[in-house]
Amino acid sequence: MDIEAKVKQIVMDKLGVEEAQVVPAANFIEDLRADSLDTVELVMAFEDEFGLTIPDEDQERLRTVGQAIDYLKEKLG
Amino acid sequence: MSDLSNKVVVITGAARGIGFAIAESFCKAQATVIIIDLMPEAVEKAVNALKGNGTKAFGYTGNVTDAAGIEEIFSDIVGKHGSIDCLINNAGITRDNLLIRMKEEDWQLVMDINLKGSFICTQKVFKHMMKARKGSIVNMASVIGLMGNAGQANYAASKGGLIAFTKSCAKEFAARGVRVNAIAPGFIETEMTATLSDEVRAEYARIIPLQKMGTPSDVANLCLFLAGDSSAYITGQTIAIDGGLTMQ
Repeated sequence: MDIEAKVKQIVMDKLGVEEAQVVPAANFIEDLRADSLDTVELVMAFEDEFGLTIPDEDQERLRTVGQAIDYLKEKLG
Repeated sequence: MSDLSNKVVVITGAARGIGFAIAESFCKAQATVIIIDLMPEAVEKAVNALKGNGTKAFGYTGNVTDAAGIEEIFSDIVGKHGSIDCLINNAGITRDNLLIRMKEEDWQLVMDINLKGSFICTQKVFKHMMKARKGSIVNMASVIGLMGNAGQANYAASKGGLIAFTKSCAKEFAARGVRVNAIAPGFIETEMTATLSDEVRAEYARIIPLQKMGTPSDVANLCLFLAGDSSAYITGQTIAIDGGLTMQ
């Protein structure tokens, strides 16, 4: 499974949203109704799935599905 | 007797005193009991004392103010036992003195162990409980944190802080199914209160409605209740176990 598919699956699992909602522009908080703790959980799930550590200062950059995919591609690329 | 056979319970500062009594009670309730304490010999001695009769008791040497160490211990526990269902933040100390004579290091040490230690253990355990979507955290406060006490400004501040910390965590963790409560023991027969003079004891007995000091097992019983599913709808509370001393 590629990074994009894995990220989408994690977002669907953690936030309980439909695949159709998980578009690149979808903002976790505004569009997918995540609360602040959900966003922390998402980051932790990405860390577990991809075996990397995402520093606190980078977490601000992961506000949308697309940003998360781009960030992970950059780090894992 | 509560059946907690499917629960993994971690108790800090449990090599002796109230913590050890709590560990004994959880062992009797068939829980998997893990104690954490500072001194390796004391941990070993306590675990040996808990063992037998099919109990599941394990020990770790650890310092609650050492975040990296606690994180490692909790990960190891989850790896070996699958989860941590209940954390009892029991580790605590006193360094009593009148405020005018209190040394800054005695203030700091009490704050570090009683308050910061609970923060560290709570933060590290919540990472696991959040994923599991369940858990119960019990913070060992004190009636001193509710009513204050001359000569214990540092201890009172740490325990009062712990009560406020309990409420904030309860609100923050509620949506994840994790409950956080505090216990405020009054005067309990332990090593910590064994040093009190007969005069002081008599005075306490006079002001306590139930006219006697409590026992560690009184406190342990409340821990069993808060750890188990019988208290599923209780969170953010501070429950005094004090013979009526602080009733409102």
